Amino acid sequence: MSSITNIMIAGVGGQGTILAGRIISLLALKATYDVKVSEVHGMSQRGGSVLTQVRYGDEVHSPIIDPGEVDILLAFEKLEALRMLPLLKPLGRMIVNSQEIPPLPVLNGSMIYPADIDQRLQTFSGSLSLLNAYELALQAGNDKAVNTVLLGKLSQNMAFSLSDWHQAISAAVKPQFEELNLRAFDLGAAYDD
Amino acid sequence: MTKKLLTGNEAVARGFWQAGGKVVSAYPGTPSTEITENAAHYAELYAEWAPNEKVALEVALGAAVGGARSMAAMKHVGLNVAADPLFTAAYTGINAGLVIISADDPGMHSSQNEQDNRHYALAAKIPCLEPSDSAEALAFTELALDLSEEFDTPVLLRLTTRVSHGQSTVELSKRTEQSIKPYVRDIQKYVMAPAGARPRHAVLEKRMLELSAYAEKTEVNRLELRDKAIGIVCSGAAYQYVREALPQASVFKLGLVNPLPKQRLCDFSAAVEKLYVVEELDAFYEQQLKSWGIKCCGKELFSLLGEIFPPQIKTAITKQDTILHEETPNLPPRPPVLCAGCPHRATFTAIKKLKAPVMGDIGCYTLAAGPPLSAIDTTVCMGASVTMSHGLAKAQENAKVKPLSVLGESTFIHSGITGLINAVYNQAQITVVILDNSITAMTGHQHNPASGYNVRSLPAPVLDLAALSKACGVEYVKTVNPFDQKALTAALKGAQEFVGPAVIISKYPCILLPYVKRDKPLFVDWEICVGCKVCLSIGCPALSLKGTKTVIDSSQCTGCALCAGLCAKKAIYGRDNK
Repeated sequence: MSSITNIMIAGVGGQGTILAGRIISLLALKATYDVKVSEVHGMSQRGGSVLTQVRYGDEVHSPIIDPGEVDILLAFEKLEALRMLPLLKPLGRMIVNSQEIPPLPVLNGSMIYPADIDQRLQTFSGSLSLLNAYELALQAGNDKAVNTVLLGKLSQNMAFSLSDWHQAISAAVKPQFEELNLRAFDLGAAYDD
Repeated sequence: MTKKLLTGNEAVARGFWQAGGKVVSAYPGTPSTEITENAAHYAELYAEWAPNEKVALEVALGAAVGGARSMAAMKHVGLNVAADPLFTAAYTGINAGLVIISADDPGMHSSQNEQDNRHYALAAKIPCLEPSDSAEALAFTELALDLSEEFDTPVLLRLTTRVSHGQSTVELSKRTEQSIKPYVRDIQKYVMAPAGARPRHAVLEKRMLELSAYAEKTEVNRLELRDKAIGIVCSGAAYQYVREALPQASVFKLGLVNPLPKQRLCDFSAAVEKLYVVEELDAFYEQQLKSWGIKCCGKELFSLLGEIFPPQIKTAITKQDTILHEETPNLPPRPPVLCAGCPHRATFTAIKKLKAPVMGDIGCYTLAAGPPLSAIDTTVCMGASVTMSHGLAKAQENAKVKPLSVLGESTFIHSGITGLINAVYNQAQITVVILDNSITAMTGHQHNPASGYNVRSLPAPVLDLAALSKACGVEYVKTVNPFDQKALTAALKGAQEFVGPAVIISKYPCILLPYVKRDKPLFVDWEICVGCKVCLSIGCPALSLKGTKTVIDSSQCTGCALCAGLCAKKAIYGRDNK
């Protein structure tokens, strides 16, 4: 079981979690791993919480990661990171976009966006990278590139080569967005905690 | 051969193409939609969006009778709509292969119920295959077409959300071209009046016996003998979860889930010490096993509700405690919402003023049921808004306000139109509001007969909803832009006062369509804003409360100005037009 890598990608509908999952899975496939990905389309796309799960290793059965078995959490939004925190392995790795996207109950004033998310994330026993991927994406040229910025950060501690990452991104995005996404990836890859 | 990662839905389309398929007809519905979208990418296939699933299945049946391998794809509740042709197609049989896809949704990720469509195969007496990953989705689609022709029957391929939207590796092959079989007139076989249908029923029962014999030998039903202490009968996604949770357990994996291989299951139960059935939703296998006198344990341990994941399987069968890892509690939830700039929000803002019962329907606008809009009273099934209003009005004869029916144009075309004809014919006192956003939005932007394009985004004739309503006999028909709140409110008021059924077409394209122009974002002038929060009552994700006053997120605001119109103090406006 330990030979399987479990990556959970959490975000808000429309942020591009599915594309991030696709890029990681292309890399894993190229490295000849058995790969399974689970994602849910449909209703939750409209600004709701979304999850993409990627599992790869010698042999993968379930496309769903058991709670408490997440090796890497790639969180596109801070509140979503906190929501998924207990699902990580104690020595797992968390990469979090520090962007705050308030959900509807917060927008209309019926609930409060927790002010202590950073502190609560800091209590995590594994490793935490908190970066403003939104700003870096804007730097790269478009806020839609948050996902490739986060993938850049993820690439720092992964066994895949930089050229493989670039290749997977080029294969997964539309040609007109290739340059933007490669730029965004490089910004994430160069980001130092 | 190339290895590729495909979703189950992509794999079904690929399998259909590889097997020499020709005609695909479908109505979009999560989690089935991408099957047809992907089928449309293959030049050799004819693919279409039909107005509903009954139409789709009948088109596919006609094509199969006409000699072409065919497919109809739908979500689980779509098969309810297509149930009529399904049951009788089982009598007529086919000519070339016919596969019917039912994509079920255990856990209700995007559905109004979680019915278990394996029962349809049992009830209609047709074979049903259930894949557990993308490779099987491809292989079983090919097999379904072969079986269909070998046994002269439609074949049901049952997917679930996790298989449809899960990705796994698939070996791709080339297409095997199938020549179109000649169309042969055969009224004994295809005219299902009583005289013809009675002998066909006998054919159907005989066919099921033959299929039962096939089930005993087919390789898609697979015995995996490992540790004999525990034996598990399972299929589909649950098979993968079982393998994950209990890798040492013996498994009887069902690929053909109707009819069941009775003898092999009896042998399996004898070969293992304790037999379990792990299946999501209903006790479909368990009940059949128990009816044969096989001792097994299923729903005593597993829920009839939702999905079953590996930790539950492990805990239930090994009795080992698993540590529960729940999501962080007490956080603000993030429900899906109507997008900023969504025209539905504008329609509901006007509708709410009428204080009338609102019968809702299936589509993005169902999201208006939640707070703060809370603008819908019922959601049942496609088209039910029109008919339920009619019934409600008949029941509440003395009510002061007419009930409203609210549904999208695609849903109206799907099955609202017959309800409207009924409303005219039987003089209903209702107002039907058709939210025409020029696309089937909730399922991810599929074209429909009113959008002007077909499944391949090529120009198509546009259905004129106003003319159609008038042709049904509706005398009060108005088309308005919902962002013109004055005009919409006037049209609604007129409709409510009108004696007889009225139709309002609230027409504005989905804000997410690439061609829709967005206006410059608005902002809230804090010198004027008094913090009354009226603007927050429309549930726009671009608006939020900061302290006591409202702010607008300029990255989300589309400048639709619905909020500005509600502000009594005129505190919301564009930077350019103060």
